[in-house]
Amino acid sequence: MQFFGGSEISPSPPVPTASGNNGHMIYMFNRNGVCLLYREWNPPLRTLNAQQDHKLMFGLLFSLKSLTVKMDPTSAEKGNLGVPQLPGQGCSFHSFRTNTYKLSFMESPSGIKIILVTHPRTGDLWDSLKYIYNLYVEYVVKNPLYTPGSPIRCQLFNTTLDQYMRGIA
Amino acid sequence: MAAAIYSLYIINKSGGLIYYKDYGSAGRMDTNDSLRVASLWHSMHAISQQLSPVSGCSGIELLQADTFDLHCYQSLTGTKFFVVCEPGTLHMESLLKYIYELYTDYVLKNPFYEMEMPIRCELFDINLTQAVQKDRVAFLGR
Repeated sequence: MQFFGGSEISPSPPVPTASGNNGHMIYMFNRNGVCLLYREWNPPLRTLNAQQDHKLMFGLLFSLKSLTVKMDPTSAEKGNLGVPQLPGQGCSFHSFRTNTYKLSFMESPSGIKIILVTHPRTGDLWDSLKYIYNLYVEYVVKNPLYTPGSPIRCQLFNTTLDQYMRGIA
Repeated sequence: MAAAIYSLYIINKSGGLIYYKDYGSAGRMDTNDSLRVASLWHSMHAISQQLSPVSGCSGIELLQADTFDLHCYQSLTGTKFFVVCEPGTLHMESLLKYIYELYTDYVLKNPFYEMEMPIRCELFDINLTQAVQKDRVAFLGR
């Protein structure tokens, strides 16, 4: 996985490629499954309560990762299904698409998972996810009042993120 | 520019694997593993419908990973056909629909075939191999 492929520390925001009403929701989880952030922009339909939703999302991602590691057609030696993988180990998926939404996923080497749920015809969001991770590093991790592993309550991060999402979505 | 299909799976409406064919991947799986993977995919497909922000979701159609793409087609009866291929392979949706046609012709119309059971129809195998090879030849010939 080429996570540190770019040489810049804080890349400029990727050029917006989509028209309006694209972004739906964002989730961020840490490696223990704690939901650090959940924000939504266009009001989505919610059938489950928030807690169930987060657990379901985390479970789906964990299982999908497990599936892609096992199904990887280019590697012969694989562990058993369901064995937790280290971030970056084995083949990981980066997006899936259904007829109503597209989910883009990125996992940092420290286990921070960023998920963006958007319109199904959205293009590749890898650069956007990397940019959001950089925002997280700048506004959250470098905030001395933030405890790692707890939900994000940094106003500046939320504002910048909203601004960015309105720019690309 | 090679566009290779690595493997094909067919799952019945309850999530059980009824057909698995590997077309030359290094990650060929034994029977138990392919059964587990098929059931896991069936569940993931169902959960993805629940997480949709908009109603009317019919499940995952395309999964993109680092080293492969997975295209899935679900028929109206709940039978799922999915194929693992190289990233960026085109025309997989039409191939899956064609495989569904082959399934209806050679499997469902076979009077000796029991519903939801593993597929053991020789004509289906032959035609399927032809369809997959034809695609491969077509792509390589470009």
